[in-house]
Parts: sequence; structure tokens; C-alpha cells
Amino acid sequence: MYILGISAYYHDAAAAIIHNDKILAAAQEERFSRIKHDSSFPSNAIKYCLDEVGIDILSVEHVVFYDKPFLKFERLLETYLSFVPIGFLSFSKAIPIWMKEKLFQKYLLVKKLQELDEQFSKDKLLFSEHHLSHAASAFFASPFDEALILTMDGVGEWTSTSLAVGKGNDIRIQKEIDFPNSLGLLYSAFTYYCGFKVNSGEYKLMGLAPYGQPKYADLITSSLIDIKEDGSFRLNQKYFNYCVGLTMTSNRFSALFGSPIRKEGQQLTQFHMDVAASIQLVVEKIVIKLANAAQIETGLKNLCLAGGVALNCVANGKLLKEEIFDEIWIQPAAGDAGGAIGCALAAYHMHLKKPRFPVRPDSMQGSYLGPSYASEVVSSELQAAGAIFHEMSHDEMIDWTASQLVRDRVVGWFQGRMEFGPRALGGRSILANPKSDSMQKQLNLKIKYRESFRPFAPSILIEDLQAWFELDAASPYMLLVSSIREEHCKKLTDDEREISGTERLNITRSLIPAVTHVDYSARIQTVHSDTNPEFHRLISKFKEKSGCPILVNTSFNVRGEPIVGSPLDAFKCFMGTEMDVLVIGDYVLKKEDQNHDLINDYRDTFDLD
Amino acid sequence: MLSFLRELFEFIRVRKKFWLIPIFLVFFIFGGLIVLTEGSAVAPFIYTLF
Repeated sequence: MYILGISAYYHDAAAAIIHNDKILAAAQEERFSRIKHDSSFPSNAIKYCLDEVGIDILSVEHVVFYDKPFLKFERLLETYLSFVPIGFLSFSKAIPIWMKEKLFQKYLLVKKLQELDEQFSKDKLLFSEHHLSHAASAFFASPFDEALILTMDGVGEWTSTSLAVGKGNDIRIQKEIDFPNSLGLLYSAFTYYCGFKVNSGEYKLMGLAPYGQPKYADLITSSLIDIKEDGSFRLNQKYFNYCVGLTMTSNRFSALFGSPIRKEGQQLTQFHMDVAASIQLVVEKIVIKLANAAQIETGLKNLCLAGGVALNCVANGKLLKEEIFDEIWIQPAAGDAGGAIGCALAAYHMHLKKPRFPVRPDSMQGSYLGPSYASEVVSSELQAAGAIFHEMSHDEMIDWTASQLVRDRVVGWFQGRMEFGPRALGGRSILANPKSDSMQKQLNLKIKYRESFRPFAPSILIEDLQAWFELDAASPYMLLVSSIREEHCKKLTDDEREISGTERLNITRSLIPAVTHVDYSARIQTVHSDTNPEFHRLISKFKEKSGCPILVNTSFNVRGEPIVGSPLDAFKCFMGTEMDVLVIGDYVLKKEDQNHDLINDYRDTFDLD
Repeated sequence: MLSFLRELFEFIRVRKKFWLIPIFLVFFIFGGLIVLTEGSAVAPFIYTLF
């Protein structure tokens, strides 16, 4: 039985297809449309899913949408009513959209699906609640037969945080925290206040936090949020404006911190770093309290996480360190895209009551669920683009690529199926030597065209994890942050200790400076030979040549661009940046061989995020 | 349209939110007018709560 899951119309549109309880394919629409966080109906992603499986839409038993539009509209109306007459401007903008489209989402979905085949019946369409989709994406894809499930995001229909118990093929919601009290929106409010884009800049805020001191944490907990012992919380709406306004924070918020909202492009000061550190600390405390109280209440030993807040890998790392649970499993597509997988699995197990057979390490298959390209397709796409390339034997390609990395050359790495979720995990990655002192700056400024303070993540062979990091759990989806082991760190001199702000970046802190953040932490990806053998082989070869089992791994894109999807996207990105080498399958491309007329100014192609 | 109204009423019944009916009525009348008179509905740039 095939079930197609769809998430769309709000953030990251995506489609996923399952056959019974096996996830066969999943992809985000942005990778095809080339529009970052594309929220439109995922026609391309659906087409890919169906093609990958080799069926048409009529062969699908059910199509499931990840969210319930009527419930969302109810929340919208009740929110506006409770604030009336404030919020008329926001109301006048929102209601026409709903009256025109969103309220009729079922019919819109049916119409779009009938474009694939007009015989498609609307009776096949099901709807799952937003947080149930998240919870299902976390639990049903996890290796556990029984687990506590914690979902946290901005907001779904009403719910912003849910605690559920998953057992066998069922999920029971135990507790919910409703809008406007939301951990995701709280973090987004601070993202907005620090001058980053809401819904994409949260990562930057998290990356900025280690530069600061949590000086404002007490102010936040005393004024903005009331946190109870069980981790439940209430936001003081006096300071926020997202309920009925067109901004995240109110004037009182700025007055509380004594500084106006930072405008885009304005200098980041120590103040913003301290604010980032403060909200990060508060969020970590809440997540730990929520999980701890729920563990005590249920006695469950395993935890599953999903929802946008579960992408806060620093908080995840802290939660793991608390040792409240035996195991923690985090859905790699924890944001709304993952809802496509969750709603499909929820329909199969909960609506159709089909049994579940959990597998280890999990059923996400390394999250390599997107399209792959046969070598003849790669070669014809590259030829058509005017690329100069040559084919190597597989062993030769691995050896040559590792040699390039040892020589500090930056490599575009395009292999196998594309990752599902926001992280590049060695399928569509830019790789580099972590031992290089200048690599972090070089990658940020010359390859990714992004802010210099942002850290890079290490990909390490699972076998070497404990020799390098203070982490003893696998982190295949780059969702856990941990510290580098002391023996690999360099002691700072007194002068170095005096340095503050982003200048701290210039200090070499460890044997792997390119992936060592200013607090000696790193967002780790463990690489496993069973889920990504090519990447595992490459890092092993790099280790053989350099003694280091780690590579810098960043997503194959520039700032504001969706991660590359096709070989042509990869070639364009390669030619638009100062990347040295591109490896697609067994084809290798050197920048110096390419036609210089094809070099384009890529940095203005995409809107900055 | 008829099946939409049926589903909407079913939703109101299950959620026991009968007080929403007059609001929906007003919306359909005035909302319809707004939509008819407006060229395009521009989504606010802020977090997509809508």
C-alpha cells in the first residue's frame, strides 16, 4: 500500500511516499524550484516521489496533508477576536488570503492532484494534525517500540508544544501548550530582534550565542516568560506582537533590553551576542525541564524529538548530556518538511491501524531519500552545461578527492541520493580540511558568501567519535552539539583570552580549527559505512593521508540558495564560487580546467536569508 | 461549495464552536466582497501564522 504525504502552504513544502511502513522517497520542493523554503504546492517533489517508486497518483491509496486548515482558521479567528480592535491591519491582510485560498485547501489540493490525473478521487485525501505529523515523523521513524515524544515548533493549528507517548503503532498526546505560548516563536522573536530573518535566521542566532554571555537570561525569565517546574511556560504578550501585528516583538520588548531592533546589515555587537546567549540558555532550560518532568511522569527511557525547535542542536546536545534518557532520537527533517513523512506514517499506523516493526538504527535510511542521478545523466547534463570533466575509477576518485582535501582544496561533493531535511550529510556537501587555520573564514567569505561568525560542522567516522569528541551517542543527522576532547584543544594565551566578539574567530583553538566554535563545541555528524559508504570511504582515505578522521561538511549552496539538487545546480554553484574541485559520482571537475567564460557572479543570484 | 459548507458545519459541530457561525456568515459576505474588489492578497512578510 502506497501513501503519499504532503506538507505545503506555510513553510517548507515537501512530499514523501511510503510503501506500508517503509519510507521510499522524500524531497523538499525548494530543491527543484530553487526557491529557498518554497511553500507552494510541491508538484515537483510529488512527481519525483512517484517516479522514484515507478507508480502514478492513482496507485496511491491515500494522500495525506500534514495540517488541518479549519483548525488553523479557528485559531486565527479566536486570536483576532481576543485582541480586537488591535490587529485590524494584520486581520485585513490575513483574511483575504484565507477567504480566497487557504480555507478551501482541500479543494485546492484535490485540484492540484487531479492535474496529475483527473481520475484522482477526493475521498483518498486525509488530513493529520500538525503536531501529530511531527510526533509521527519522530516516533514511527525511530528505532523505539515505546518512547516519549516531544514536539516543539512555532505553531501548528493551535499547538506549539506537545508531549506524547508512542507505543507500537499508536501515539497518545498527553499534554499540549497552545498558541500564543510558543518556544519556537519566542526564539524567532529574538532572531527578529537581533536582525536576522524569521524562519531562516534561527541558526545564526544559535551560532552567535557562544560569542556572548547569558547576561539577560534572568531578565527574560522574569519579564518575558513564566516557566513552571514541569517546563510548561507562558509568554508575556505585552512584549510580543506576533499575535495580531506584523512584527514579532513590540516596542516594550526593545525598551526592556534598552536597544532598538537591529536592522539588517547593521554591525553585530557584543550586546546581540549576549542576547543570543541568553535566549539560548533559556530555551535549553525549558527543553530540559519539559523532558525531565515528562520522563518522571511516564517513566519512559527513550525520547523522540521533532518540530523546528528540535533543530536547535545545542539544546539537543545539552539534553543528551543530562542523561535523563537512555536514548534520544531526533527526526532529521524536524521542521515542517518532515511533516510529510509523519502524516503518511500516521495514516498508515493510526488511521489504518497497521502494525509497526521498528528497525535499527532507524527507518530514515540516513535521510538519503531524495533523487540520485545515473552517470550517463550526469555526463550529459555536464556536457550540455559546457563543463570540462573526466571520469575516474571509483577507487581513483576517492584517493584523488582525499588528496585534494589534504592540499586544503575545497571540494564540492555530489554523491548518491539527496538528503531529506535541512542538513547536507555527505550527499550534497561542500567538504574541506578541518586542520586548516584559514578554512573557516575562506569557506564563509569566498564559498558560502555568508557571515564570518558562522561555524562549520565536522563529519567524523563513527569509529573515531569518542577519540575526538565528548559524545558517546551517534549523531548521523548533525543534530547534536558536543565539545572537542581536551587533548585536541590548544590552551589560550592570556592575550588571546582578552579578545572578544567575532575577533575570537581568529584564534586557533584546536587541531581542527575549521570546525571548532569559540566555545570549543562542534555540531557533529557521525558517518556510518552502512548508510553512506562513499562518504565513509572518503573520510577513511583522508584519515589515511592526514591522520585526521574528520572533514568540514557544509551544505552545497551559497547563502540564500537551496541546497543543490541536480548535477547542473552543482555545476552552476561550483562555477559561481571559489570552490576548487567538483566531484559528481566518479566524474571530477577542476576549476582551472573550466572555460572561464562560464564563471558567473553567483552571490547576487539568490536573496540573502 | 455545498460539500465545503457541510464540512465546515461538521467541523463546528465537532469542535462545539457554534458561536463561530455568525462570524463565518459575516466573513463570507464581506470577505467575498473584499476578495472581489482586491487584485491580490499580499501575505505579510512576518512569520507565516496565517
